[in-house]
Amino acid sequence: MKTQPVINTQPKVSDEIRKTTCYMCACRCGINVHLKDGDIRYIEGNRDHPVNQGVLCAKGSAGIMQHNSPARLRAPLKRVGPRGSGQFEEISWDEALETASQWLGEVREKDPKKLAFFTGRDQSQALTGWWAQQYGTPNFAAHGGFCSVNMAAAGIYTLGGAFWEFGSPDWELTQLFMMFGVAEDHDSNPIKMGIGRLKNRGVRVISVNPVQTGYSAVADDWVSITPGTDGLLIQSLIYELLRTNQIDLEYLIRYTNAPWLVIDAPGTEKHGLFARNEDGDPQVLCQSTGQLMSYKAKGIKPNLTNSTTDHDGTRLVSVFSLMIDAWFSDQYAPEATESRTGVPASRVKQLAAELAQVAFEQEIEIPIEWTDWKGEKHQSMKGRPVSMHAMRGISAHSNGFQTCRALHILQLLLGSVDVPGGFRFKPPYPKSVDMHPKPAGHADSIKPGQPLSGAPLGYPRSPDDLLIDDEGRPVRIDKAFSWDAPLSAHGLMHMVISNAHAGDPYPVDVLFMYMANMAWNSSMNSAGVIEMLTDVDPENGDYKIPKLIYSDAYSSEMVAYADLVLPDTTYLERHDCISLLDRPICEPDAVADAIRWPVVELKRNVRGFQSVLLDLGARLGLPGMVDDNGAPKYRDYADYIVNHQRKPGVGPLAGFRGDGAAVGRGDPNSKQLDSYIENGGFWMHELPDAARYYKAQNADYQQFAVDMGFYDAPAPYLYQIYSEELQKFRLAAEGFGPKQPPEHLRERVRQCFTPLPEWYAPFEGDMVSESEFPIYALTQRPMAMYHSWGSQNPWLRQIHGHNPLFVSSEIAKQHAIHDGDWVWVRSHHGRIKVQAVVMHALNPNTVWTWNAIGKRKGAWQLDPDAPEATKGFLLNHLIHELLPERGDGLRWSNSDPITGQAAWYDLKVSIEKADPDDPGVYPEFPTIEAPGNLVKPASTVTYGVQFQKAKGERS
Amino acid sequence: MTMLPENPSAKKLGLVIDLDICVGCHACVVNCKEWNTGSEGAPLSDVNAYGAQQTGAWLNRIHTFEVTTDSTAQVVHFPKSCLHCTDAPCVTVCPTGASYKRVEDGIVLVNEDHCIGCGLCAWACPYGAREMDPVEQVMKKCTLCVDRIYNENLPEEDRVPACVRTCPTGARAFGDLGDPDSDVSQLVRERGGFDLMPEQQTSPVNKYLPPREKRHLIASDRASTEPEANSSKPDVEGFWGWVDSALAKLS
Repeated sequence: MKTQPVINTQPKVSDEIRKTTCYMCACRCGINVHLKDGDIRYIEGNRDHPVNQGVLCAKGSAGIMQHNSPARLRAPLKRVGPRGSGQFEEISWDEALETASQWLGEVREKDPKKLAFFTGRDQSQALTGWWAQQYGTPNFAAHGGFCSVNMAAAGIYTLGGAFWEFGSPDWELTQLFMMFGVAEDHDSNPIKMGIGRLKNRGVRVISVNPVQTGYSAVADDWVSITPGTDGLLIQSLIYELLRTNQIDLEYLIRYTNAPWLVIDAPGTEKHGLFARNEDGDPQVLCQSTGQLMSYKAKGIKPNLTNSTTDHDGTRLVSVFSLMIDAWFSDQYAPEATESRTGVPASRVKQLAAELAQVAFEQEIEIPIEWTDWKGEKHQSMKGRPVSMHAMRGISAHSNGFQTCRALHILQLLLGSVDVPGGFRFKPPYPKSVDMHPKPAGHADSIKPGQPLSGAPLGYPRSPDDLLIDDEGRPVRIDKAFSWDAPLSAHGLMHMVISNAHAGDPYPVDVLFMYMANMAWNSSMNSAGVIEMLTDVDPENGDYKIPKLIYSDAYSSEMVAYADLVLPDTTYLERHDCISLLDRPICEPDAVADAIRWPVVELKRNVRGFQSVLLDLGARLGLPGMVDDNGAPKYRDYADYIVNHQRKPGVGPLAGFRGDGAAVGRGDPNSKQLDSYIENGGFWMHELPDAARYYKAQNADYQQFAVDMGFYDAPAPYLYQIYSEELQKFRLAAEGFGPKQPPEHLRERVRQCFTPLPEWYAPFEGDMVSESEFPIYALTQRPMAMYHSWGSQNPWLRQIHGHNPLFVSSEIAKQHAIHDGDWVWVRSHHGRIKVQAVVMHALNPNTVWTWNAIGKRKGAWQLDPDAPEATKGFLLNHLIHELLPERGDGLRWSNSDPITGQAAWYDLKVSIEKADPDDPGVYPEFPTIEAPGNLVKPASTVTYGVQFQKAKGERS
Repeated sequence: MTMLPENPSAKKLGLVIDLDICVGCHACVVNCKEWNTGSEGAPLSDVNAYGAQQTGAWLNRIHTFEVTTDSTAQVVHFPKSCLHCTDAPCVTVCPTGASYKRVEDGIVLVNEDHCIGCGLCAWACPYGAREMDPVEQVMKKCTLCVDRIYNENLPEEDRVPACVRTCPTGARAFGDLGDPDSDVSQLVRERGGFDLMPEQQTSPVNKYLPPREKRHLIASDRASTEPEANSSKPDVEGFWGWVDSALAKLS
């Protein structure tokens, strides 16, 4: 036999490895970028990084293609044709920044709220929010309002944090893991890593989801639920736990407000509020003395069950007894909910029995001493090893906030929040709602040329904190923090263009957006939004939204509608900070933050948006962005990251402060970024053992949090099963207090703002005819594409090049639909024609598709005949930003009434087979022209061929 | 016609792929492409990269399908790449000797300098695990990252195939399946690892681990057949009685 070829098993992989942070989605994994001959040879996960611990997903691995995308914008652009024509002229940065600062300056001197500044998938909200504040407009938010604000806000109001950035399952110790509405998107690598670990440990995994994709496919139990009924299923699980007497009473007494006393005086302004003492502390009934005492009293054993009266004879009842009244009732019996949820009663009972069995029969105890907030010492940390995770599936409904609250309460009843084996908080969470700012921007505080008094986004506690004028009208363009959406902690980005176009509550002068594809997949009613962006005021010939500044790195659909385009860099060409002041990347046992830095040379005339924003801020003379002489305070974003202080000693990055050794608090350190780079692009600091669990009530953790600069004094608190904040809004709806909801919203506020979550049907399904629109329609993000900024990526688009409509086998049978058939799908708002694929592992009354695969012809430098445009589609065309008219002439926002979360998943549709002789997707949009300075890409990609020369030299 | 090694080493490097935890995320697929397009040999090219009928050469793909019965439906994610068969028909069919199975470790490779792009090997492979590069017209296939696994320019822990290094769920293991005591061989024994399509008599080195039996803590009929379970009426009085006695035990 011939000798086999000699191959080079020892190639030099790269000249240099630069460690930075991925931005292919919102996970923010650490990556090692291998560079060879100045090009990117390879991107792999950083093994030391807390988020991904070495692994990397499909998107992260496709970063090479994203970075080299032909759709990258190349220079600032000024629109020269009509909006949407794609006709632009390249301009200099000087001209671009002068134009922008002139537009913005005029608005600021006249009426700063006429600037609407909304940033989409922004990972620099600590800067962008501060910039809006210093500018003086309340009209700021990022994309949370149309993503998962229900999850985030319900978590803050209930536990002081939700899932993902706020906390995670105790992967090492949990013995049962239950997911609700989790597709393979947010927190994707950590959840994948966790599921792998759990399954190898033999831990049972349950997934509640109408659609069986990735995680649900490997779960031990897939619970195919009717969309929008998760809250009802959770209430039934709670019912079962009560029925079988399996809840953690000790945990409820120690760590929740279950023993707190509530005033029971219906028809009075105090009804449903906590019975407070002179210091304002909620009170409990002392078990031994029968006296009312502050819940903070040391050594007190609160009574859980008895009612009592206060000094003037008003009846007081415990939260716990209200919980039992509300939830241990016929309507939540599994037999009563099964027809709506589609989950058989026997299955509900089984699930509840399993949760209880693991929680109460597999209690774990780890031998770590700790001291609680009252000073009581505990010899060990006890835990109930049931953990949960939830995401958009339960969040993006009009009942999502209360559903998310119910889920947290289920966790509390099992005693499994922030305990060994349960769900664990990640610093700087937990943080009670009281530790969060209220939204700034009351009508009288918006003044020409002046900053706002605080951050535009926050957490209202009562109607007093609403941003409404004397007539009760919204102050904000998106109507956030108004009676339309009182607790809209992330704003309502999906309503901005619609409201600005309608001049309701007022028109805007400048719309300034970043990384937000509102002319396509990020808007409900995309075609309508396109019309609004191009609609002209007949009186003066101006666009109804007069000026639109947009920043993006790529030629997205939205670019064509901008008047001025500020081109951003790719994620490998920029500085960024993944800050504790923003959306953190900590782990339960460690504080962490990270940076991005330019790991490849920038060769286009583009600038990082954050540096541009600081430049604009300096040109406008915004406080904090100029020095005493009016000169720019920060050279660029990198300079800001190092030198900006939010309060003395606390800046965007918590690591390597002061002399380089200070953590959390410390003076700015000019070598800070170098230290991050040397350390692999991130910084991590472990919690002391005694601070690892029970963080909200743990004295050691609270001191750690103060030392780190999360807050300035220990701020322990108890979890809020009963939300007094919600009750205050409800009291207003019942006529009490000076701030009254408008009549058309009064009943809705009264019904939905229950201080203990109660399930109500999603609005759209409740309002459209069940016989006309009997089918639920959903979207999911595919694992290989979620948040990955478009499908121009030549590798990823070979995985998901177009999206079929997945139709349940039951629906397919009923309508004789087969794979590849074209079908019409209708909603109350519109109709689309799309191609179907039959799926069995799907809720019988549901259709779904991958979101944001469909592209508009001409966008993203794709050929007009690319399947993204000819077969791909958006369900968005069926979803209106407003609900159907109710008979009173008014249309409500298609959002959660509490938080304003876009109710994407409330959609109800009908389906019918289309004429097979008339295939093709509907609606079709005209091709948009790419900005003229973009080069049409070669049709063939042979990435890596540039390394071949080196190969020749070796062999 | 090309011969398989007459005296192969006992070493049989390969992958063990766990179908119980593969969630079909495509991390392995894209990381493989990313590593190998920059490796020695022709890049893994893409044609119509931004247009219709986009396609390209990949060494690893995931197939997603449903397994249905009358009452159940199960989605399965099935990653597939070259299985480095002991009796590799792609090697013996090769007219130029370009396809070969390495003597020392059993990895099946293509010597691109000798590949004439005839495609016989892809035809002979019962698994569809070979792909013609659309630009260079040479046959591409999984190399088991032969330029990583022995590469002393990489840290030792990284000397595994890219797909194994990147897999978020840990569904891929790499090792010597010829050594009965290796971790991967033990894993295969413990988990009932199987050959893909054994009837093809290719003796694949790669093994698949079947999905584990679904774990249920409590039989679905137990909870519902408990005596009191049939009553849907809440026994509120009984509940308060339990609370009182439970609280008494606490204090």
